Amino acid sequence: MSWGVHSLVPLPVLLPLFAAGLTLALHRYTRVQRIVSTTALAATTVASALLLVAAEGGPVVVDVGGWAAPVGIPLVADRLSALMLTVSGAIMLCVLLYSMGQGVAGESDVEGRAVEVVPVAIYHPTYLVLAAGVSNAFLSGDLFNLYVGFEILLAASFVLLTLGGTGERIRAGSVYVVVSLVSSLLFLSAVALVYAATGTVNIAQVAQRLPDVDPTVSLALQLLLLLAFGIKAAIFPLSAWLPDSYPTAPAPVTAVFAGLLTKVGVYSIIRTQTVLFPHEPVVDRVLLVLALATMLVGILGAVAQDDVKRLLSFTLVSHIGFMIFGIAMASEAGTAAAIFYVVHHITVQTTLFLVVGLVERRGGSTSLERLGGLARVAPGLAILFFVPAMSLVGIPPLSGFLGKVGLLTEGARIGTPLTWALVVGSVLTSLLTLYAVVKAWNKAFWQTPPDEIVQRSDDATRLPRGMVGPTAALVAAGVALTVVAGPLYAYAERAAATSMDGTTYVDAVFPGGAERGTGHSDEVTESGEGS
Amino acid sequence: MVVLENTPSAVLVVAVGVLVAVGVYLLLERSLTRVLLGFILVGNGVNLTLLLAGGRAGSAPILGTAPDGEPMSDPLAQAMILTSIVIALALTAFVLAMAYRSWQLGGHDEVADDVEDRRIARLAAANAPSFTDLDAEESGQTLDEEAAEVQDETEDDRAGGGS
Repeated sequence: MSWGVHSLVPLPVLLPLFAAGLTLALHRYTRVQRIVSTTALAATTVASALLLVAAEGGPVVVDVGGWAAPVGIPLVADRLSALMLTVSGAIMLCVLLYSMGQGVAGESDVEGRAVEVVPVAIYHPTYLVLAAGVSNAFLSGDLFNLYVGFEILLAASFVLLTLGGTGERIRAGSVYVVVSLVSSLLFLSAVALVYAATGTVNIAQVAQRLPDVDPTVSLALQLLLLLAFGIKAAIFPLSAWLPDSYPTAPAPVTAVFAGLLTKVGVYSIIRTQTVLFPHEPVVDRVLLVLALATMLVGILGAVAQDDVKRLLSFTLVSHIGFMIFGIAMASEAGTAAAIFYVVHHITVQTTLFLVVGLVERRGGSTSLERLGGLARVAPGLAILFFVPAMSLVGIPPLSGFLGKVGLLTEGARIGTPLTWALVVGSVLTSLLTLYAVVKAWNKAFWQTPPDEIVQRSDDATRLPRGMVGPTAALVAAGVALTVVAGPLYAYAERAAATSMDGTTYVDAVFPGGAERGTGHSDEVTESGEGS
Repeated sequence: MVVLENTPSAVLVVAVGVLVAVGVYLLLERSLTRVLLGFILVGNGVNLTLLLAGGRAGSAPILGTAPDGEPMSDPLAQAMILTSIVIALALTAFVLAMAYRSWQLGGHDEVADDVEDRRIARLAAANAPSFTDLDAEESGQTLDEEAAEVQDETEDDRAGGGS
């Protein structure tokens, strides 16, 4: 096996996993841990960015262990995967720096006020395992390996969500763990049934064989997969667990969950709907209706909240609806808009949760009841909140606006009554999002500050640079999405095109054509040895 | 090419059905320990489904050991089951730890309701706003008086600036 650009493909999984082992072994040396995990995630991001460029020349495929697909497990980095990897790598790096600044990752606060009761040693390894799981899910070219990727990231997320084991986190964690376990079981049984129906779990090969499967069986498989991914992505009516479990975790953990974990589900839905089951208008219509319900129910939930973290969790659910809207239109332009929206939403939602972490530190609470006047006492913080909040709403020229314009244009172009309903629903949701975040803004930043916020001691008013820096960097990145929107949107369009044409992905995994390996044991051995 | 007999064995299919049905019943309980038992049962049901997906059993899937003409079992299904058993083991350990912690903290291992959610539902039932607006508190003045006060302030400012 020669060295080349394809050698980069396993790195986003391997680097964080090795670093996780290393940081666990070095748990006594906080500083070394920090250096190791920062380096690993930075290297992951660089490798992903290189893949982003390399994927322009067609999907980069690695047969793990040198066994050719379908015997070996392929890792596939096409444009969509590479884009998701790059964004998630950068986000995870920023959040890691933030958490080191906050002290979740070890150091205690002088005052002892915001000290996280955390088993210090496990934060870094768990976080890195989470990164490896996310990368594995994005890269996997095999349904069972995708399942393993999900399990890796879920197991890590269980630990991160219940850090410290306080009563509130155990309660929230129980809901999250049980729901995740159920979705994993559904996914695993879907994998089993796909294997029974097609005799393979290699995504490209499944895509080749599904047209020969009885359409009703194929529909059942598709719905079962969508059900499993829909729970992860928090699509209504499978979304009730999310606002219940996310807000209690430490701010950086909530931020990375909100940014990435639901998007892994959305990514899997894109793969299911484009590569595996490209032509199923009935399912698309069902998804459109669910997208509308997700948007409206999510945002109405957000309007009722008076805790910023919960409010943002509900807007997160609501905006998943936009991505599903794009995917369910089943056109290249729709999928492209959905991919752009995913990139935008990962950045913006993570930023907002990080800012809320800063607000909590400065104001001592996330309840709108108890916050106030932060614009006067912490004007910089107000700007950090305002910019991503407006981007989330979709105020031009920020990136949320561009994603929504793409979705609405395509919805109007298709022009069925259902897509028009979605267009109206999207606009309504955007208005209600504006209402929700402006309410948060008015209460937390503009109203007369309660005395305790003005009179806080100097220690509390000075926000650690380690927390503000990464947040500001992410806010800047969110604004930069507008600046690079042209190339980025074009990239998303090409990613959607390669994902949807039905041949690029399959041809990349089986360069010798479909005759290479049929999944039966005798031929499989030959092709494996021949590689 | 050896094509495996693909008709599943009815006993296994019934076993999957029973395991999943009992498991789902337990998953719907509130106690974490029962939920965990439900998870284990459904997990075993799903593992059996994987086994069924691999077709009927044959001889051991090692090259060169099977007598000529006799079909081998599908090794891939077994590999997948092995992986999923290992994953289920790790998750079971975690859920047990969580149930124990829950019992340590609260004396029970029931999955409790979301307090904040219930509070908001109560407010909604009473048709009350979800928050109070500090700036909109009753000041005991009419709007005209408040406006006059504000105007006085600005005039003071102007006077102060001019002097």
